[in-house]
Amino acid sequence: MSTPKTHHAPMRTPLGRVRGLGSARSGTEHFFVQRLTGAANLLLGICFLVIVISLAGSSYEAARATLGNPIVAVVILLTLLSVTTHMRIGMQVVIEDYVHGEGLKVLCIVANTFFTVAVGLAGAFAVLKISLGG
Amino acid sequence: MADSPSRIERPLSPHLSIYRPLFTMMMSIVHRITGSALYFGTVILVWWLLAAASSPGAYNLFSSIAGSWIGQLILLGFTWALIHHALGGVRHFIWDFIHGFGARERELLAKATLAGSIALTVIVWIIGLALKG
Repeated sequence: MSTPKTHHAPMRTPLGRVRGLGSARSGTEHFFVQRLTGAANLLLGICFLVIVISLAGSSYEAARATLGNPIVAVVILLTLLSVTTHMRIGMQVVIEDYVHGEGLKVLCIVANTFFTVAVGLAGAFAVLKISLGG
Repeated sequence: MADSPSRIERPLSPHLSIYRPLFTMMMSIVHRITGSALYFGTVILVWWLLAAASSPGAYNLFSSIAGSWIGQLILLGFTWALIHHALGGVRHFIWDFIHGFGARERELLAKATLAGSIALTVIVWIIGLALKG
């Protein structure tokens, strides 16, 4: 393999090249996780849609009985984990594209993390409360 | 770097105003819009779960709002956004495996995404309303 000749020595250290994390220090992690959670969302989303449709217009008791089923609860918990991870990375890309002020950008990314974690935890708490009885 | 003496003024997103609108480009924008809508739409989902975890009163309040015409309209939009974004994601997976980059394939994939999302939304709602009775 031949590399093009340059007049200057490369600025990156050998260790930096091996780590392959670049200036953002996260490498291709977001790219990969977004596709991993995307695939998971596709499978879990279909299961979730079936659960929601089966509960359309149902009573409080019927909804709790379904949501309290262990398989249904685990599917919803997995969906919440995968979806909120996907949401957080997706919205971060949108923020980085459209919010150009450095301070506001950081503030938006922090708010993005707070929102997605709150959504995931609130949903998970509700499912666990129904499942574990309370 | 923030403290560089001469900072180059590079063009920043959005670049929408400098391109002639194309169908595939519009579908790309819609993918991002549906993704953002779903992001905030998860609040409805969590509201539903918390209502079911709270009390019959909280659940009935959610049910009555979700069952109203405006609630149904929002849920219909939510369903379409979810299916459209999911199919758009499948389109991205096809591209990730280095397929579907030709001019005709791109157009076909974009049209299939839009047509598929509308068709599946209608099917899902027909089944949902039939089960609801």
